[in-house]
Amino acid sequence: MSTHQPPMPQAPAAAPEWQAAPGGNHPGYSSPIPVVRTHLGHALASEWTKIKSVRSTMWTLGVFVLLVVGIGLLAGVAVRGSGDLSGQSPLTLGFFGLLIGMMCVITLGVLTTASEYGTGMIRTTMTACPSRGRVLAAKSIVFFVLAFAVTLAVVSFVAMLQASMLDGQGAKSPSTGEWLKATLGISLYIALLGLLSLLVGSMIRHSAGAITIMIGTVLAPLVIALFMNASSLEKVQTALLEYSIPSQMGVFYDNTLSHSGPSGWDPLWIMLGVTAAAYAGAYALLHSRDV
Amino acid sequence: MIEAVGLTKRYGDKTAVYNLSFQVRPGAVTGFLGPNGSGKSTTMRMILGLDNPTSGAVTIGGYPYRRLPNAPRQVGALLDAKAVHGGRSARSHLLSLAQLSGIPARRVDEVLGVVGLQEVAKKRSKGFSLGMGQRLGIAAALLGDPQVLLFDEPVNGLDPEGILWVRNLMKALAAEGRTVFVSSHLMSEMALTADHLIVIGRGQLLADMSVTEFISANSADFARVRTPDTEPQLREKLSSALTEAGGHVLPEQDGALRVTGLPLPRISDLAHEADVRLWELSPHQASLEEAYMRMTQGAVDYRSTIDQKAGLQQPLPPGAQPPMPVPGQGQPGWYAPPPPQQGGHPFAMPAPSGPYGGAPAGAYGAPGAGAPNPYAAPAAQAPQASPVPQAQPPVAAPPAPAAAPSQSAPAAPAADPTQPEDAR
Repeated sequence: MSTHQPPMPQAPAAAPEWQAAPGGNHPGYSSPIPVVRTHLGHALASEWTKIKSVRSTMWTLGVFVLLVVGIGLLAGVAVRGSGDLSGQSPLTLGFFGLLIGMMCVITLGVLTTASEYGTGMIRTTMTACPSRGRVLAAKSIVFFVLAFAVTLAVVSFVAMLQASMLDGQGAKSPSTGEWLKATLGISLYIALLGLLSLLVGSMIRHSAGAITIMIGTVLAPLVIALFMNASSLEKVQTALLEYSIPSQMGVFYDNTLSHSGPSGWDPLWIMLGVTAAAYAGAYALLHSRDV
Repeated sequence: MIEAVGLTKRYGDKTAVYNLSFQVRPGAVTGFLGPNGSGKSTTMRMILGLDNPTSGAVTIGGYPYRRLPNAPRQVGALLDAKAVHGGRSARSHLLSLAQLSGIPARRVDEVLGVVGLQEVAKKRSKGFSLGMGQRLGIAAALLGDPQVLLFDEPVNGLDPEGILWVRNLMKALAAEGRTVFVSSHLMSEMALTADHLIVIGRGQLLADMSVTEFISANSADFARVRTPDTEPQLREKLSSALTEAGGHVLPEQDGALRVTGLPLPRISDLAHEADVRLWELSPHQASLEEAYMRMTQGAVDYRSTIDQKAGLQQPLPPGAQPPMPVPGQGQPGWYAPPPPQQGGHPFAMPAPSGPYGGAPAGAYGAPGAGAPNPYAAPAAQAPQASPVPQAQPPVAAPPAPAAAPSQSAPAAPAADPTQPEDAR
């Protein structure tokens, strides 16, 4: 509807030439820097630079490591002092540190996406990479790998420490399956929980809001169930207890509130399903919403 | 090249941009002007694929932004200098952007040098001043060495050296054959930098033309007439004589008169006939700022008013003069007597069917065809001069009901001597 198209003395030749060659090859100027075809690898490198260049990553993961190692050590020392473990697995003691420490992973997960919205960085990112799905995938992969690696290292270290501390104190020596669950299994679970937080952060676009939602999701079922004393609500109470995230985490340590709920590796599959659903939701929202 | 066709964006029931069509061509700096809230940033966001248009489309080189292969290598943008994570160092920020589009890392140090931020490359951008943030944003835009560049308010917060640098940068980029699209509120900057202007108001296109055309089509050319200060009655006399002859007379603060609608020779003749001596009779051509103000005055959403301090002020002591208002403050008509139809669009535009029903209706001819010369305008409008009184700014003396044909006829040819003024 540009009604009046005045003659352009500045570029009389450029316009027709342009129309002759529409598309990527622009007339007038071409950069000497070679243009490469971008793919997920570029986005992964970029997200890795981003996540390692902000202090919140170092802080949240540092506090996470301190909490898991510190509480794990304290528990080990306390149990060692009392002397009698009566055939319990020493791995169970690693659970308490993670119960608190997972808050750090949740926070980091939320911050990975929501802080970009808070600062406006997301507009720069989405301008530099208009393929929004690729950005979300890169963020998810980088965060998941980082959270998993850190959790696995810390959890394994604490587990070995506790096992050696309590060696010869009457504790049973855990089987390979128990070792796997208490290290690999719980690390995957924590990393997935963090990934879920990242996706919630991407959907909510607000750090404080998303962190509140995630902490509520983790704690609320347990707290509500505690006060659900009416007998008619007994089933609801049991379900809330069994499927609350802390008690699902306890499954990896065979340390649960009841024995009818998820068992073995079930919590991991449940969390995988929830995270996949959240990923689909975050992806759909990212595509349809304005940045 | 950027091409928008029928671009429309609604947020709920608020229409931010309505049916906007324009082209931004390579090899020139195109200025993007409009009052606050007129939809400039929304348009920029739609160009960059950040916001999806409600209807219409905008393409860069024939592709929508989100389907451009390696978009940052073809389009660089500075949207908002604050759109960075403050906890990240300038270099890390740029490096993460470079990695996204496969730009070698040494290019990061290169652009940091270009914008002069090497010294603070390792510092967190949280501590950057407005101007440093702006430089970082410009560095991000230049990173991909792109063919198309978009800048939203690039000189915000820059020091004079930085403003000069940006001005020369824009021109240099355009001279290399790139497409440069710049929005700004600084009219003096735009007058120096831009070759072409796209002006929007309330989300609709008001003008798409070169800067010189824009000024001459919208200029509020006027003559400043000064009568001897010692004889105020002469001023009154001349004022009424000019008004009778169809001119619009605005008193200026220093006692001079601002006359529009009459060519200079005619003013001189009238003064002679009325036996009034003149101390000054000078032609004045509007700046880009005045031309812009005149064009957009009907489309301003957020208008400042005079701070009345009602009930808070001490009553003036008897005999004291109330302070003269600063010219232009709270006087919407100061910059220019509006064109004959209030808020009228000077260009041939399709009748607006948009959400702003009260928007410009009439057109008194395209700039090429109709005479853009405001001195001649009243003559051209003489047969249908009835809307003129409503169009007058409050301070202006009401003109004679209609310019008599006998007077307007000589006025039109006599306008020619002022033509070089317009073309300047």
